[in-house]
Amino acid sequence: MDKFSVFSARLVEKGEYFTSGHRACQGCAEALAVRLVMKALGRNTIVAMATGCMEIVSSPLPTTAWEVPWIHVAFENASAVISGCESGMKAMMRKGKLPPKKINFVAMGGDGATADIGMGQLSGALERGHDMIYVCYDNEAYMNTGIQRSSSTPWGASTTTSPAGKVSKGQYTQKKDMPKIAIAHNIPYVATACPSFPFDLMDKVEKAAAIEGPAYLHILSVCPTGWRIPSEEAIKYGRLAVNTCVFPLYEYEHGEYSLTYRPHPILPVREYIEGQGRFRHLGSEDIDSIQERTRMEYEKLVKLSEED
Amino acid sequence: MAKERKGIEVSLAIAEAVGQADCDLISAYPITPQTHIVEHLSEMVADAHLDAEFVPVESEHSAMSVCCGAAAVGARTFTSTSSQGLALMAEIFFIASAMRLPVVMALANRSLSAPLSIWNDHSDTMMVRDGGWIHVFVENGQEAYDHVFWAFRVAEDPAVRLPVALNIDGFIMTHMIEPVDFEDDELIKRYIPEFRMEKPLHPDNPVSMGCFAMPEIYSEAQMTRERALVDSYATCVKAWEEWAAVTGRQYHPVETYRADDAEYCIVTMGSLGETAMAAVDELREQGEKVGVIKIRLWRPFPFDDLYRAAAGKHTLIVLDRAISFGGPGGPVALELRSALCNSPQAPVVVNYVAGLASRDVTVEDFKAIILGGKAKSAEGDVAGFTFYGLRG
Repeated sequence: MDKFSVFSARLVEKGEYFTSGHRACQGCAEALAVRLVMKALGRNTIVAMATGCMEIVSSPLPTTAWEVPWIHVAFENASAVISGCESGMKAMMRKGKLPPKKINFVAMGGDGATADIGMGQLSGALERGHDMIYVCYDNEAYMNTGIQRSSSTPWGASTTTSPAGKVSKGQYTQKKDMPKIAIAHNIPYVATACPSFPFDLMDKVEKAAAIEGPAYLHILSVCPTGWRIPSEEAIKYGRLAVNTCVFPLYEYEHGEYSLTYRPHPILPVREYIEGQGRFRHLGSEDIDSIQERTRMEYEKLVKLSEED
Repeated sequence: MAKERKGIEVSLAIAEAVGQADCDLISAYPITPQTHIVEHLSEMVADAHLDAEFVPVESEHSAMSVCCGAAAVGARTFTSTSSQGLALMAEIFFIASAMRLPVVMALANRSLSAPLSIWNDHSDTMMVRDGGWIHVFVENGQEAYDHVFWAFRVAEDPAVRLPVALNIDGFIMTHMIEPVDFEDDELIKRYIPEFRMEKPLHPDNPVSMGCFAMPEIYSEAQMTRERALVDSYATCVKAWEEWAAVTGRQYHPVETYRADDAEYCIVTMGSLGETAMAAVDELREQGEKVGVIKIRLWRPFPFDDLYRAAAGKHTLIVLDRAISFGGPGGPVALELRSALCNSPQAPVVVNYVAGLASRDVTVEDFKAIILGGKAKSAEGDVAGFTFYGLRG
C-alpha cells in the first residue's frame, strides 16, 4: 500500500468545527462529509459557502453551526468570495496590517453551485491560482429547492425537472465530469472522495490543505431524501457507488493520476441502482447500459493511473 | 506623493487617489469607459507603486464577490465598473450593502443596452438606486479625485460601514485631461485612518457572516439597513467638512448656483452642472431669474438640503439622464416630486430627459430647456416628462 494511512479513529481530530444542532435531514451524508472535511482542516480555516442545503441548514439567523469563520454571499460565487478573502489577507499580512498566519481558505458548494451556476467563477478562481481548496458536495441534484436536475445528475435519474414518464427515462444527459474539468486547469491537486470512506476523505483534505495553490475535491454526498432511499442507508449507498465503480476514488497530484481505492471484487451496478427510488423506472437493458458505461469509464481511469 | 497641481486624465487621477488611500485589494473586469482606471491601478501594482493585490477576475459578478470576501477579512477594497458590468454584478451589489461591507466603487456611468452603447448617461446607476449603497455624483476631475478619499472615509467609518458608489460620467469625465490638485500622502493618511473592522473573518475570533433569515427577522434586518443608510448622512457631511478644513475645498449634499433669488431652477446631477451654470449666466444677462440646483448626494437622499434649496422657487426644471420606462418620468424628477409634494408652497416640477448616451446638452440646449420648462409651468403642462431634442 503505497499511500499509507493509519486507519485509527482515535487519531482523528476530536474538535468539531461543523457542530451538531444544524437542520440537515436525517441520514444526510453531505452533513457528514462537511463534518469530516472540517475535522481534517482544523481551526485555522475560513469557509466561504455557496447558497444551498448546507448553507441553509447551518445558518438560520441568529444561530450558526460553524466554529470557524464562515461567510455566505450568494449561490454562484463562493470561489470568488474565497479568492477575495485569500488575496485580501495576503495583502494585509504582507503590509504588516495582520500578523502572519497559515490559514486554509476553503470554498464549498453543492453540485448545482459548482457544475452549473458557479462554473465560470470556479474556473476563474482555479485559473488565477489562489491558495485555496474548493470542495464540491455532489448529491446529484438541486436538493435544497426540491430535487431538480443539475448537470451532475446521472443518466436515468428521475428528478422533479427530469421526471420519468411515458416518453422519458428521467435525466437524459450523462453526468458532467467536474473533476476532469478541474484537472484541465492544471492545478496541483484534484481528488474524489466519499464520506463512506472517511479516512480516505480526510487524507485527501489534509493533502489539499498542505499543497500550495488551488485544490479541488469532489465528494459524492448521498442524499436519502433526493435519491429516495431509507435514511439509514446513506453510508451503504456511498460504499456501493464506490464498489460498483460508479464513483471511483482517485487523486490527480501534480499531473499524475492514482486510484486511492480499488474495489475487489467490483460489484455489479445493479446493486447500486436497484433500491434507489430515483432509478426505479429503469429496465434491465437500461441498467445494462449504465453498467457498460461505468466499466468503460473505470477502465479509462485505471489506464490513466497505470500510465503514471 | 507631495502636494502639487497636475494636468492628468481623470481616470488616472482616480487610480492615483486609490493608491494614495493605500488600498489593499482591487478587483475588476474590463468594461468601457471604466478601463483606464483599472489599467492604471494594475500598472501601479506591477511597478510596486502600490502594495495591493490586483485580482483580475472573469466577470463583474466575481469582481464584486472578490471585494466582498476581501472586505469581510478587513481589507480596504476598491472596484470599478460601468453599465452592463454593473447589471451583471447587481446581485452582489445589493448583498454588499446588506452585509455592511465597505467596498468603494468608481462607477463610470454609461448607458444600458440595448441598443448597445458605450456612451454616458445615468441609466446604469439608476438601476441600482435601491441597492442600499451611498451614492455620490461628481462634476469634474478635482471632485472625482477628492471623493475617492471621501468615499473610503465614509464607507469605513464604524458608524456607517456601507459601500460607496462614486458616480463619474463616462468619457465626459473619465477620459478628460484636467488640472487636479493632488494632496500629499501624510494629509491623506490623517484623513482616512487605517481600516479596522470590528469583527472580520479571522480564525482567532470566528464569526458567521451572511446567515439566512426567516420572516420573523428579515424585516428587522432591512430596517437596520435603512437606518444605517439614513444615519450615514451625518458622517457624509462631517467628512466633507473635515476635507474642507484641510484642503479648502468644500462640498455639500445639494449645491446651488445663483439660486438665492431665482424663480426657476434647473436641477442636475453629475458633469452637466457646469454647462447648466454657463446657461444660467447667459439667461441672467437677459434678465431671467434663474439658477442651478445640483444634487451631489443621491443616497441617502438629502431631503432637508433639497427643501432649503427649493424654498421660494416657482418651478424646478429637472434634467434626467435616464428614463423610468412606463412610469411618470425620469428618476430624479420622481424623487423630487415625491419629496416636495407635501411641503407648503411646493415648487412645480417640470421634467426633461436629455443627454442619453452622451448626446450633447449644450449651453443653448440648457437655455431652451430652462425657458421651455418655464413656459410649460405657466401653461400647467407639468405631468410626465419631455424628451428633449428627439429626432423624427
